[in-house]
Amino acid sequence: MATTPAKKSTSKKASVSEDAARANRERPTEPVPYKATKEELLKFYREMLLIRRFEEKAGQLYGLGLIGGFCHLYIGQEAVAIGLQSALTPGKDSVITGYRDHGHMLAYGIDPNVIMAELTGRAAGISKGKGGSMHMFSTEHKFYGGHGIVGAQVSLGAGLAFGHKYANDGGVCLAYFGDGASNQGQVYESFNMAELWKLPIIFVIENNQYAMGTSVNRASSEDQLYRRGESFRIPGIQVDGMDVLAVRGAAEVALDWVRSGKGPVLLEMKTYRYRGHSMSDPAKYRSRDEVQSVRDNSDPIEGCKAYLTEMGVSEDALKVIEKEIRKIVNESADFAETSPEPDFAALYTDVLVEQY
Amino acid sequence: MAIELKMPALSPTMEEGTLAKWLVKEGDSVKSGDILAEIETDKATMEFEAVDEGVISSITVAEGTDRVKVGTVIALITGEGEEPAPAPSPKPVASTPVEMPIQSAPIPTMSDLKPIVSSSANANGNMQSVTLREALRDAMAEEMRRDDRVFVMGEEVAEYQGAYKVTQGLLEEFGARRVIDTPITEYGFAGVGAGAAMGGLRPIIEFMTFNFAMQAIDHIINSAAKTNYMSGGQVRCPIVFRGPNGAAARVGAQHSQNYAPWYASVPGLIVIAPYDAADAKGLLKAAIRCEDPVVFLENELLYGRTYEVPMGDDHVLPIGKARVMREGTDVTIVSYSIGVGLSLEAADRLAEDGISAEVIDLCTIRPLDKSTVLLSLAKTNRLVVAEEGWPTCSVGSEILAICMEEGFDDLDAPVLRITNEDVPMPYAANLEKAMLLNADKIVAGVRRTLGV
Repeated sequence: MATTPAKKSTSKKASVSEDAARANRERPTEPVPYKATKEELLKFYREMLLIRRFEEKAGQLYGLGLIGGFCHLYIGQEAVAIGLQSALTPGKDSVITGYRDHGHMLAYGIDPNVIMAELTGRAAGISKGKGGSMHMFSTEHKFYGGHGIVGAQVSLGAGLAFGHKYANDGGVCLAYFGDGASNQGQVYESFNMAELWKLPIIFVIENNQYAMGTSVNRASSEDQLYRRGESFRIPGIQVDGMDVLAVRGAAEVALDWVRSGKGPVLLEMKTYRYRGHSMSDPAKYRSRDEVQSVRDNSDPIEGCKAYLTEMGVSEDALKVIEKEIRKIVNESADFAETSPEPDFAALYTDVLVEQY
Repeated sequence: MAIELKMPALSPTMEEGTLAKWLVKEGDSVKSGDILAEIETDKATMEFEAVDEGVISSITVAEGTDRVKVGTVIALITGEGEEPAPAPSPKPVASTPVEMPIQSAPIPTMSDLKPIVSSSANANGNMQSVTLREALRDAMAEEMRRDDRVFVMGEEVAEYQGAYKVTQGLLEEFGARRVIDTPITEYGFAGVGAGAAMGGLRPIIEFMTFNFAMQAIDHIINSAAKTNYMSGGQVRCPIVFRGPNGAAARVGAQHSQNYAPWYASVPGLIVIAPYDAADAKGLLKAAIRCEDPVVFLENELLYGRTYEVPMGDDHVLPIGKARVMREGTDVTIVSYSIGVGLSLEAADRLAEDGISAEVIDLCTIRPLDKSTVLLSLAKTNRLVVAEEGWPTCSVGSEILAICMEEGFDDLDAPVLRITNEDVPMPYAANLEKAMLLNADKIVAGVRRTLGV
């Protein structure tokens, strides 16, 4: 069975987290890039491409006025969700994230139709059209949203991890947050409790370099965010979040650590969003060249394509995948455009579960 | 000159205690720091130290004496070479450190409860006297025995046995897995609780006081209250946030606020603020079983009071039902939490003047039992709201609006809000007393609405 090459010329170092100050503590082993089979790598490629095309379509629908309010696209960050969640079991391990949540849902195998229908505010949406882009959930998959208050998902995620430990169900919680959220106080309150109680949680900082319009360096006194857990004794690992195999490799190490009862671990995913913070962001705080340079040199999907080419997958085979994905996405857009809005009666349902 | 040793107040709300044990006897020499006695309150046993040097010339309250009022002279110390002074009769001194505005509120007996709604304690005679604190603890313990998903989390809830001893004994029975001390980290543990509830557990989150829950209000509202709606009914958050709310005694502005109106304004939350122990127990059990997030507002000044509570572990009351605490015909007094006791006291005094006041305990603030309020208004045609809280945008304001919107034809006089003064809580005893709701203010308000 063919496996991926251990290194490729453009790949960065998987981890740069050596630190003499932490030498006397047990640490997870240094991650190595995941050795994916061709089938696995094709799956990663498909899933990343689905997120990319889905988000591009969402951007189009937003431009047409079919999606309202805030819409935060995941374009550029696809390798993070796919690399991490491909290592988890939907329905056993829980996932929670902030408002940039479409990609994480697609990565957990949730139907694109009901996600897109939620974006357009239709009754068939996963939250019956009452949540919108930022508030989507699937208890069946143990995907817990979809939270609009920056940093809230970190405490809630610690609670999900508390539940895994309390029920002794073997599950792990993956809690995503951004470089912006990493400056919120409750993140550290949660770090403290998670380590104190050895909760099974992987904290993932998706460092896409900008908290809305503020670069990490302008907002964070310690800009090496993987160190943010050190004073709580949470080991941190910095990972090339643009390389799906590096991400998956880090996921393996993190899961080993957490599942063996050693408590939480912090992964800093160095990544990049190509689009603005939300659809209404003209992104004047960075140059077009900067974005183009990342697209040209570190695009996660192009990188995955290069691995596949090296493994002998033909351009034609990839084109077939591309075609399939476009079909799925177009169908989800059609579904989201044509399915009906919620009944007015839905305004008053789901406020409370019980009748009083 | 002999120095008087007085019964100490060991907490801001202590009014009396038991002089459990003398560790010195008359004639003993003592110096600063010596342990003189052990004092028991309903919460804890504390040691009482000497601060002066001298000889114990007289012990005026024997050990084993119960209900010794704070400020009572319990012993005399004579300085070196002084003549022992004659022992005074043990009586409380005027400078009692805590002036309790609610001290004389009557405790309703179950025969006072003539419910016109289903929220009645079963009146089958199998009652026991328990403090509100014990009733709350029993409610949690019973529900924890019944359902392994229920756990208690908060500051000092486990090893310390609760800052106000509401969780006393739970750690011993249920262990550290289910009774969990947190760091001082309200925002964080409110979020951990909400997340655990979303994941399928039944957390009871204790706030040492609801004043500290302001740090956590984001999770109570944005996470707990809204997620069921935002998820189209997929993600439930069956959690109870509980703890003391409202003014305690002499703790100043930052520890003395009533948050009932804040939480009651939020769709997606249940807000309960019981008065007596029977309701507190029955409603806390209902809250723990409830699929919705509940804010359960207790009152520190009521924790030590004793009430009749039905025996057994099946005393569960319906959420969202008010209780008629006392029937009357001339005027309705609507209240909740500690205001109910003050309203009952006011009703007693009004009765002496021939005014028959009906007293309603809302019990649940959201959803509000409008029909009980409006039925009473239809009977009495006059209504005041007595609320230990600020007047502006209060629960009283809401009741007033309901009476205007749905009971206008029944009104013979404007509805009045009888509340605390619209200022932060002062520390000085006289100012604090003036700031708070009391029976005098309720009586005056009722007279105003009756024009007598």
